[in-house]
Amino acid sequence: MNDNLILLPVILQLALALMLLFFWSKTKWQRIGSMVGNTLFLMVAVYLFVKIYKNGVLFTQAGDWEAPFGITFVADLFSATMLVITALSGLAVSIFASGSMSRRRSLFVFFPIYHFLLMGISGSFLAGDLFNLYVWFELIIIASFGLITLGGGRRQLEGALKYVTLNLLASILFLTGIAFLYGLTGTLNMADLARKIPLIQNEGLLTITALMFFIGLGIKTAVFPLYFWLPASYHTPMSAVSAIFGGLLTKVGVYALFRVFSLFFLPDSFTATVITAVAALTLIMGAMGALIQKDTRKLFSWLIVCHIGFMIAGLGIYTTAAIAGAVFYLFHDILVKTNLFMISGLIHKISGTFKLKKLGGLYSQYPKITLLIAIPLFSLVGIPPLSGFWPKLLLIQGGMEIQGYLIIAAIILGSFVTLATIGKFWLEVVWKEQPAFTYKKHFIPFSQLPYIQKFSYVFPIGLLASVSLFLGFGAEIIIDIVNQIAFDLMNPDAYIELILPKE
Amino acid sequence: MTTLILRTAAVYLMPLLLLFSVFILLRGHYLPGGGFVGGLIASIALVVYGYANGINQIKMFLRFHPGALIPTGVTLSLLSGTLPLFYSRPFMTGLWLEGTYPIIGQVGTALIFDIGVYFVVVGTALTIIFSIAEDNERD
Amino acid sequence: MEIILAVLIGFMYAAGIYLILRRSLVKLIVGLIILGNAVNLLLFLLGGITKGQPPVIGDAEKLLAGVYADPLPQALILTAIVISFGLQAFAMVLLQREYIQGGVEDLDNLKEEDEEK
Repeated sequence: MNDNLILLPVILQLALALMLLFFWSKTKWQRIGSMVGNTLFLMVAVYLFVKIYKNGVLFTQAGDWEAPFGITFVADLFSATMLVITALSGLAVSIFASGSMSRRRSLFVFFPIYHFLLMGISGSFLAGDLFNLYVWFELIIIASFGLITLGGGRRQLEGALKYVTLNLLASILFLTGIAFLYGLTGTLNMADLARKIPLIQNEGLLTITALMFFIGLGIKTAVFPLYFWLPASYHTPMSAVSAIFGGLLTKVGVYALFRVFSLFFLPDSFTATVITAVAALTLIMGAMGALIQKDTRKLFSWLIVCHIGFMIAGLGIYTTAAIAGAVFYLFHDILVKTNLFMISGLIHKISGTFKLKKLGGLYSQYPKITLLIAIPLFSLVGIPPLSGFWPKLLLIQGGMEIQGYLIIAAIILGSFVTLATIGKFWLEVVWKEQPAFTYKKHFIPFSQLPYIQKFSYVFPIGLLASVSLFLGFGAEIIIDIVNQIAFDLMNPDAYIELILPKE
Repeated sequence: MTTLILRTAAVYLMPLLLLFSVFILLRGHYLPGGGFVGGLIASIALVVYGYANGINQIKMFLRFHPGALIPTGVTLSLLSGTLPLFYSRPFMTGLWLEGTYPIIGQVGTALIFDIGVYFVVVGTALTIIFSIAEDNERD
Repeated sequence: MEIILAVLIGFMYAAGIYLILRRSLVKLIVGLIILGNAVNLLLFLLGGITKGQPPVIGDAEKLLAGVYADPLPQALILTAIVISFGLQAFAMVLLQREYIQGGVEDLDNLKEEDEEK
């Protein structure tokens, strides 16, 4: 169905970013504007989701130029759900950032750039054209460059340098893939590509193009062996920034991989093997990396790498159950990873350090907060009724269908190592006595903060934890939705027919 | 860099180049040109003037920080893109006024979009050059 | 013409990759710029090189007549150039800051944030 309003999330975020830029010196209004704006964003996303759930796929042709000549924007159930999840994480980070950002200099520019980032993310979920997707990716990385260097300390700059270089390289490879595809088919509209790619004779070149996309998007997604930039940079920026990075940026890459590899590069046996092997190695290497970390944020960064493996495994297995599991994992992962980095920010505010060795005694100081952070941590591990359990079940079920016992072993290994690392984290942070420790100069610990600021640290964690709980206990509803999404991804004919009706 | 030739030339070049940039901006819809090229020419005009007379002279000439042009320009472009939504047409559809005007030709949302791009390009180019130039002065 | 461009693009990719594998910060950014330009040329080449008219419909006509150039690759390249201009400007400022603050020119010495303190 044609609907001009599906671009509303993008327009809203851009307008918000501009308004905040005009009020760049009024930090109080910036905080309020960001929170109110993201609440509106959530409402728009939910409205779109309900509409799409009832009526099916919506689309619009920018500038009224018919597909495949113009730029098409499409919102199906997958994009709409991603928008809702993004809006939830976005709102949580907005609240967290307005409490935790104390340096005025950083505060001036944080919120405008943050909303540009959210604009890029929502745009990439709506793109129906490959080049348009590339442009949204570039917007995301420009905004993230701005955010990762905020603060401008030596460590931030070094982390940013690695991040910037690898992301520039990834964009170049992605664009190379797009150029090959344009040379092969003469179109970049995704629906048109889905029609034209099966007609291509030169299958060797097509496989190379597909792998070029996999490498380009794989660097952004941080899969094996292209993930080294992630643990080297995600622990350097401010907590609010690493929360949004850890939660959303790699997941946009996962989303793009799912789009590209379900709509037009249908995995043949060779690419499917490559993807599955990469997934298994990502799981193993990420888990091994996480085991030996001594810094909370580095530990969580390695866990991001490890858990990307679950989603890519779903793509490699490529049965409806596995895709459904991977999509479910994607939703769960965005919420939990955003939450984990906010938790590490909160723990840093309480104890003044990120080092596991110097942390401890959280339970004796703040038993209620400990109980709260137990929810996302246990969801991450996937203890039964919580949200991490169901997607893994679906993934293993999908793996059984194709007799992929090696990938199932990797999935189980990844889950167990996650359990082990989270167990270690729990022992070190919650139960151990805190060693003697003095705060840095000018550091205001959590206990001395005014009530409203404490609230802005704890409330977003509680918000995302309760959404995680809903994903776990309301799994029946969510599994219905992800099954629908997986079915649509595996059978894209309706999508193609809607955008490009056959004469 | 303060040579007499450049300084004398810059005084005449700047208004000419600025006028030329506006001309390029306005003819942009059906002929080569447009906001991006026009904006680049305008920033070249200001940069040449700055090289001849010092960066502070451009700042005095402009009276505001060029960074402010970026949000202004994006706002203009966003408004021009959003306008068709109120006529229930897709985002960014070109809406045109009836009739043609001398020099400009037809007036429509595409022109407003181009003016926005023009501002953004001038703002970005000048901000980058200013920040690099200021870094060098500090060293 | 295609052959010359293909060889040139291959050469530019090779040069770019060689440069980003070096250890110097400046060579890194130069390598990224060369790679960016190589992609733009690749888009131009794969869009098909035609010796034709610009794709503009005259006042008296309704359709494009005769051989005309495909306008899409040029639009793509223009967009890619603008984007890479912004990104490269940012990367250069970042490298300059890094050099001024840390005095590091050799990529092998970029390990400070990984060390235990």
